[in-house]
Amino acid sequence: MNNEPLWEVFIRSKQGLDHKHVGSLHAADAQTAIENARDVYTRRMEGVSIWVVESKYIHATNPDESESLFDPANDKVYRHPTFYDLPDELKYM
Amino acid sequence: MDEPKELEKFDDKIEQEIRIEPKDWMPDDYRKMLIRQISQHAHSEIVGMLPEANWITRAPSLRRKATLLAKVQDEAGHGLYLYCAAETLNISREEMVDQLLSSRAKYSSIFNYPTLSWADMGTIGWLVDGAAIMNQVPLCRASYGPYARAMTRICKEESFHQRQGYEILLTLCRGSKEQKAMAQDSLNRWWWPSLMMFGPNDDASPHTAQSMKWKIKRFSNDELRQKFVDVCKEQADILGITIPDPNLKWNEERGHYDFGEINWDEFWNVIKGNGPCNKERLQARIEAHENGAWVREAALAHAEKKKVLVNY
Repeated sequence: MNNEPLWEVFIRSKQGLDHKHVGSLHAADAQTAIENARDVYTRRMEGVSIWVVESKYIHATNPDESESLFDPANDKVYRHPTFYDLPDELKYM
Repeated sequence: MDEPKELEKFDDKIEQEIRIEPKDWMPDDYRKMLIRQISQHAHSEIVGMLPEANWITRAPSLRRKATLLAKVQDEAGHGLYLYCAAETLNISREEMVDQLLSSRAKYSSIFNYPTLSWADMGTIGWLVDGAAIMNQVPLCRASYGPYARAMTRICKEESFHQRQGYEILLTLCRGSKEQKAMAQDSLNRWWWPSLMMFGPNDDASPHTAQSMKWKIKRFSNDELRQKFVDVCKEQADILGITIPDPNLKWNEERGHYDFGEINWDEFWNVIKGNGPCNKERLQARIEAHENGAWVREAALAHAEKKKVLVNY
């Protein structure tokens, strides 16, 4: 296993749903990664489609920047429908 | 951010049941404790395949053989989930495998006992997987995200492991006198080692308090062991076989079964490497690793060759 790269595995559990991250595994190449993902992550009909991406190609946000990245959304309550005062008798809105 | 402030934030997340994820700051000792626990658990899954693999070719029917194969395959999968969870803590797979093969890492001492009869496949499912599930269900809520997620997957898959084992014993216990005796003999040999799976008593378990503070473990060794004894007694009664402990009796006041003292000398002796099968198990792992080396090399060489072709 020396230097077998790490792959992130994403599985679509059924048609109509998104692929979702389920875990990771080591494999020499993409084809082997898919075959291994099938054995490791879909032994009980957990999926109908598999994506694998070499982990090194995933770019992620840094937890240290979470506040500046995600907090501003908190004070923009006017993005939510409940922010608006409308009369009770108003229907279908 | 400076360390005391990071630590405060970390403690706060633990307190509020917010999961810790790989890139979050964490104390070194938290990281170390998780690496030790998760890798030991992964090694246990991998070594745990060996006692059962021993019976695949001799399973008494096609149904039992298919079941046993599926169970052993699950264990390989569980080992992989856990190795990957540990790798998110910045230890490489090679390092973990190396720790196992050079005896620097431990695995559950239960797998150092031999599987002498077919009934042992039943007892391992019932007691060994039963004890593992008892340990693992609370770990689905462990504070470290990747570990908790791996455990959730494992627990979902593992309940059939226990049920298939119990079914094997039920079949034997409803069979001939000899078959029932085989089940009893198996219980006699596996009962005490199964109780040892929960680890030393709380007052002799150095990591428990810190682990519970960090919400990795949720219950102490002795709490889980008691829960296990309580459920097993009734399950043994249904089978009609007897747990080999003359001190096992209901304690009305405590609302639990009392049980006898575990042979801790045996426990520590097996952990130190002197159990009946320690050498054999480790040798099997070393051989598998060495015999597989050419496959790993060939797969890498093949991948390299294809890369060159694509770039060309």
